[in-house]
Amino acid sequence: MAFTLTYNVALVMFGAGLLGVAAGVTGTFMFLRKRALLSDAISHATLPGLCGGFMVMVALGGSGRALEGLLLGSAVSAALGLLAVNFLKSQTRLSEDAAIGAVLSSFFGLGVVMLTVIQNMSAGRQAGLDQLLLGSTAAMLREDAEMIAIGAALVFLVGFVLHRAMTLTAFDENFARALGLNVPLIDAAAMALVLAVTVAGLKIVGLILIVALLIIPPVTARLWSNRAAYIWPIAGAIGGASGLIGAGLSSLAPDLPTGAIIVLVAAGFFLVSFLVAPARGALASAMRHRKFQRRVHRRQGLLALAQGYRILEPYTRKLLQREGYVRADGVMTERGQSAATAAQRDEARVAYLRSKPDYAEFLSRHDGLSDLSRAFTRDELAHIDTRMEAAS
Amino acid sequence: MLRLHQNDQTLDPQSPLAIRGLSVSYGEKPALFSVDLTVAPYSMTAIVGPNGAGKSTLLKAALGVVPRLSGQVSIFGRALASERHRIAYVPQRASVDWDFPANVRDVVLMGLYGKMGLLRRISRDDLAIAEDALAQVGMQDFAHRQIGQLSGGQQQRIFLARALAQNADLYLLDEPFAGVDAATEAAIITLLKKLKDAGKTVVAVHHDLSTVTAYFDHVAMINTRLIAQGPVAQVFTTAHLQEAYGGRLATAQIDRLREAGHY
Amino acid sequence: MNGAEFVPLSLPPILIGILAAIACALPGNFLVLRKQALIGDAISHVVLPGIVLAFLVTQALDAWAMLLGAGAAALFAVVMIDVIKRVSRIEVGAIMGVVFTTLFALGVLLLEQSSASSVHLDVEHALMGNLESLIWLEARGWASLLDPVALASLPTELSRLALTLVLIVVLLIIFWRPLTLSTFDEGYAESLGLPVRAISLGLVMVAALAAVTAFDAVGSIIVIAMFICPAAAARLMTDRLRSQIWWSVGFATLSASLGYVLAGYGPLWIGLDNSVSAAGMIATVSGLILALTAVLGPKRCATTT
Repeated sequence: MAFTLTYNVALVMFGAGLLGVAAGVTGTFMFLRKRALLSDAISHATLPGLCGGFMVMVALGGSGRALEGLLLGSAVSAALGLLAVNFLKSQTRLSEDAAIGAVLSSFFGLGVVMLTVIQNMSAGRQAGLDQLLLGSTAAMLREDAEMIAIGAALVFLVGFVLHRAMTLTAFDENFARALGLNVPLIDAAAMALVLAVTVAGLKIVGLILIVALLIIPPVTARLWSNRAAYIWPIAGAIGGASGLIGAGLSSLAPDLPTGAIIVLVAAGFFLVSFLVAPARGALASAMRHRKFQRRVHRRQGLLALAQGYRILEPYTRKLLQREGYVRADGVMTERGQSAATAAQRDEARVAYLRSKPDYAEFLSRHDGLSDLSRAFTRDELAHIDTRMEAAS
Repeated sequence: MLRLHQNDQTLDPQSPLAIRGLSVSYGEKPALFSVDLTVAPYSMTAIVGPNGAGKSTLLKAALGVVPRLSGQVSIFGRALASERHRIAYVPQRASVDWDFPANVRDVVLMGLYGKMGLLRRISRDDLAIAEDALAQVGMQDFAHRQIGQLSGGQQQRIFLARALAQNADLYLLDEPFAGVDAATEAAIITLLKKLKDAGKTVVAVHHDLSTVTAYFDHVAMINTRLIAQGPVAQVFTTAHLQEAYGGRLATAQIDRLREAGHY
Repeated sequence: MNGAEFVPLSLPPILIGILAAIACALPGNFLVLRKQALIGDAISHVVLPGIVLAFLVTQALDAWAMLLGAGAAALFAVVMIDVIKRVSRIEVGAIMGVVFTTLFALGVLLLEQSSASSVHLDVEHALMGNLESLIWLEARGWASLLDPVALASLPTELSRLALTLVLIVVLLIIFWRPLTLSTFDEGYAESLGLPVRAISLGLVMVAALAAVTAFDAVGSIIVIAMFICPAAAARLMTDRLRSQIWWSVGFATLSASLGYVLAGYGPLWIGLDNSVSAAGMIATVSGLILALTAVLGPKRCATTT
């Protein structure tokens, strides 16, 4: 089927894009605070509240679909879930992971129980609450899309205002406290944002997969940058792009689940980044590791040559031979001779510098493996050599 | 000096633990670089060096607990795999979760798992060995105590008891005196000296420079590289300490060590 | 209780629920002690794509193929988590989140794409299972328990789960020592030459086996809940591993039976017409048991500082 940008599709794409940005920004804080999976507990714990809100509203004579009521209900149950996690973590010997898993599964179980109650209610059959588990954009109304867009925009704004305080708190809680920041309040604000993202995302992504939008973009951003100041905008951009592209893709065929597609687009960003990102990507680190390994073996081999030891490591022998330091019969070449002498001299220099406390700072420039001439100027080396000669 | 095979230096078959050209890295900085170490048989060897010098890493790499970048290890002249049963390793006390649901005797019996295999029932002999090991560290009255209820010193003692139950020939201890009370420290060192007298070899990562001479007869000083190794009297010198600790150990501290008559 | 009604309609699902709960709770004890409780969460999510893939390949709901598919998916997930952790040095919780949500999303997509087929396999089923429908039509009452002809028509899920549970118990007994040792002190275990990575992977595979066999009958909610809640509650009752295991088996049994009865009969007692989700109720009961032990359990607090 060809892609036609109907008003409805555009609306869903716009809403999903904003939702992705909001989720990426919010998720960054949870991720940096090492609480990524707490978001999972929060989003699952909203289910009993959603159902409870619905039931109360029906009991009061409403249709049960009013967003305010659902939001209030889910906020209450998510807060109870968080309290339960905190209680288990701080008042018992259980660790956080067990607390999260226990709360997530039992709250979700309770939600499912209530869901079956609702399905048996006469008002419940049309409510489509079960569609909130995985989202469903097929029957999305204009006002739904507008609500999502507004909600996501609000979350983004609050996240933007708070991001500096949040980053600081995630980086160093005590320092943030010393600066006068109200850390519990910031944490609570972050959880509230997670909750808001979850509720805003119910229609598009659904309750089970929303956590993916809160985790995948920040983790992907982390692969690209070591600085928090860059991570959150990158995460926002990846989240936004995933929402936009995913919602667009899912409109191509009738039975493509929007939430799953959005998550898979985000996962695609992650996969590509994981392979090629220069900071923490797989290719870059594999290359760095090989290079590092070669440097260690080369240096070690040259030192052994200089001291006349036999090289036991087959890889070292092969490396030295390949790089022309020794011949096939194990005899040093001229190049090997001079490199070995240089390595040995560097080693003596380093030993000398190490024993002089005044040089500690000076020495910290050296990584312990490469030629000293890379870390020091010729004058500096000459100076060291004179001091060494004087000392001996 | 031109020939590769001129000055053969192979792994000493007499040594309980001989290491050649050991390099280990975490990430892209060497934690150990080209370390050669030959532990003298029946010795008590301290491994000393500043924080982050790779002391614990040395033990772990020797045991294959952390991967090595390069290097060979021999245990009593043979490959590690065939001689593991002759080694008792005492990890750092802080490396485990003491909230684990087990009591003191359970932990000491773990030292016998190698001997017991998968399914053999715990015999009367096994229990006697565990009790004896506990008695040796002065913990015989604590056999049924939950391990979480022990003090730091007591935890260290039962780790030692677990190693004793193994009845090994080579004891590798990672910071056995870290965070223990004075009585435990005295008890542990007495025990280690008894092991040495019984023909065992003891290697311990050690932090406290002021007790090196009193506790150990050999010392290996490392700071990523091996600085020096040998009998304490020859190796524990100002020059070596300065090289190992650099700016981190002021000359004044070394003078104090000397004044205290430690070497 | 009336045997003619209880035996054919309620006994098999209760037994199946209990077997599934115990099969998950046993490996769950070690996951909780290893602070890998959320690996259980991850496994129960990735079982879905594994099963759907197996279905797409074989075009049939074959138990062995699904088992294989789910096991492969769990193994793949765990290896991916490990590889990404090693390479990127990012916190493992977040990486788990990336991997299992991605695979779950993949499962949902595949499921929707294959839904044209007439086979009963959908997301709701995956979450909640169909415990209530596992009835024993041939049974006429308690006497049928001794009737070999009637016994032969017990739901196949029952025998499959029983077999799985036996296998898990046997594995647990055989590998008890290496498993406990490497759970308590991995470095020491490795110094003895134990293959600690293989042990850890083996534990995950056993958990995956429990998850996939239980999943078909009871859905993934129970699987997650039973990995974590009974073991966590048991930890708060005792300080010895052996008795912790027994407590967790007891709690799992109690959750499954009480949960099923409450879901089936509870609504009738309070005047509602229809029963509610048994899977959800079992998970809820297990959470309530944990809540009780967290307040009253004799060993709820750590003794170390």
